[in-house]
Amino acid sequence: MAEIADTDLKKTPLHALHLELGAKMVPFAGYDMPVQYPTGILKEHLHTRAAAGLFDVSHMGQAFLSGNDPARALELLTPTDVVGLGEGRQRYALLLNDCGTIKDDFMVARLNGEAALYLVVNAATKDSDFAYIAERLKGLAKLVPQPDRALLALQGPKAEAALARHAPDAASLAFMQVSRMDVAGRPAIVGRTGYTGEDGYEISMAAEDAEPIARALLAEPEVVPIGLGARDSLRLEAGLCLYGHDIDETTDPVEANLVWSIGKRRKIEKGFPAAEKIMDAVLNGARRRRVGLKPEGKAPAREGTEIADRTGRVIGRVTSGGFSPTLNAPIAMGYVEAAYADDGTEVNLIVRGKACAARVVPMPFVPNGYKRK
Amino acid sequence: MSDVRYSDQHEWVRLDGDVATVGITQFAAEQLGDVVYVELPDAGHQVGKGAEAAVVESVKAASEVYAPIGGEVIEANRALADDPAKVNADPEGEGWFFKVKIADAGEFAALMTRAQYDAFVKEH
Repeated sequence: MAEIADTDLKKTPLHALHLELGAKMVPFAGYDMPVQYPTGILKEHLHTRAAAGLFDVSHMGQAFLSGNDPARALELLTPTDVVGLGEGRQRYALLLNDCGTIKDDFMVARLNGEAALYLVVNAATKDSDFAYIAERLKGLAKLVPQPDRALLALQGPKAEAALARHAPDAASLAFMQVSRMDVAGRPAIVGRTGYTGEDGYEISMAAEDAEPIARALLAEPEVVPIGLGARDSLRLEAGLCLYGHDIDETTDPVEANLVWSIGKRRKIEKGFPAAEKIMDAVLNGARRRRVGLKPEGKAPAREGTEIADRTGRVIGRVTSGGFSPTLNAPIAMGYVEAAYADDGTEVNLIVRGKACAARVVPMPFVPNGYKRK
Repeated sequence: MSDVRYSDQHEWVRLDGDVATVGITQFAAEQLGDVVYVELPDAGHQVGKGAEAAVVESVKAASEVYAPIGGEVIEANRALADDPAKVNADPEGEGWFFKVKIADAGEFAALMTRAQYDAFVKEH
């Protein structure tokens, strides 16, 4: 049975390279993906924080949104300020459903001199996102998915040095800037962004250019390949949400502490799904909040762990939790009732029936290294 | 002279008299990846064969360790609390989990020999 299912898994253009590098492959969002290389998650994680790591994120969904005014159209589905997005810039955005809960989180970019917007959405949700956007914006904008593009992330304090040897213009980008440029002599879209909290880039290219570009970057002395295991522990340290875990169609932007992604103009003009309800929560507070949690002991509190107050009453649940290689200690994030969301609040995490003392802490757990110029 | 046997849950058991030392095999440690936390039973705790006796956590996930042999826990490897990486570095030596005073030597005899275990790993 398992073997039959495995053949149904999709492969990224770097699949053969992962096998060549000795990756341990696992099914993820319908793809056969590397969870780790022989180096192991712990070393891969620490290497990314110290030097640079290369991630294959080609399973993510890429698309162009064209039309008369695709930014204005997209604002019908997101509270992000897309109209005000400058050329050569990208932004984090939430895709909302009609109830104002989170259908996905994604990146939107406006490339220099191009009318179409460039979108990157999550792998597990890409088909439903694309169907939703196409259907809801019918007549206003045209969504063109890019299934034949690959996506690499090069992350870490030495990412700039490594990439600049193959794409000198990459060095002049600041955090959240994006531009077309050649990488190792092949055309690519390079954005200074990522999902690790480090400085770094996401590099989109045609499928056939992925392997030559990946090999060129892996040949740099700073760069090692990094699997999905370390990608998850890195983003957790950075306090970044994982869709389907920390945010989903049961959470709204206020509870999720993502109000910063709502544009100032949008807060006044509204015109996004469930805008009245969301703005009411912005002003009057949400019933619960997403917070960072730091256990006092050594036991990791995994997703699903109950959060209780010191009297034992359950006040929430962990949505992502594990071990921080950088801090050499457990960390977690989860939702708690609003009264318990202040930094420093003492709570208990119920790990295998035992109450483990923890505190609400600010995120990120590890300071980020973004290059804001 | 001690004898070592193996369980189908990838634990090893070394018997010295009536004291069994339990740990996870090299194969299990490799499958888990980097171990970051180990929760061990307290001395005096009675474990039945097949009962959950310990928890071993990698960066990614938590896994239960089932007692491959029943008895009374007489010692846990406290060194693993400060240095869980010992489980990866030396799983079948310094990375041992706990020692039990066994109740039934028959349970030990029923476990796999090294040759049987190696064949078992190859099959799975």
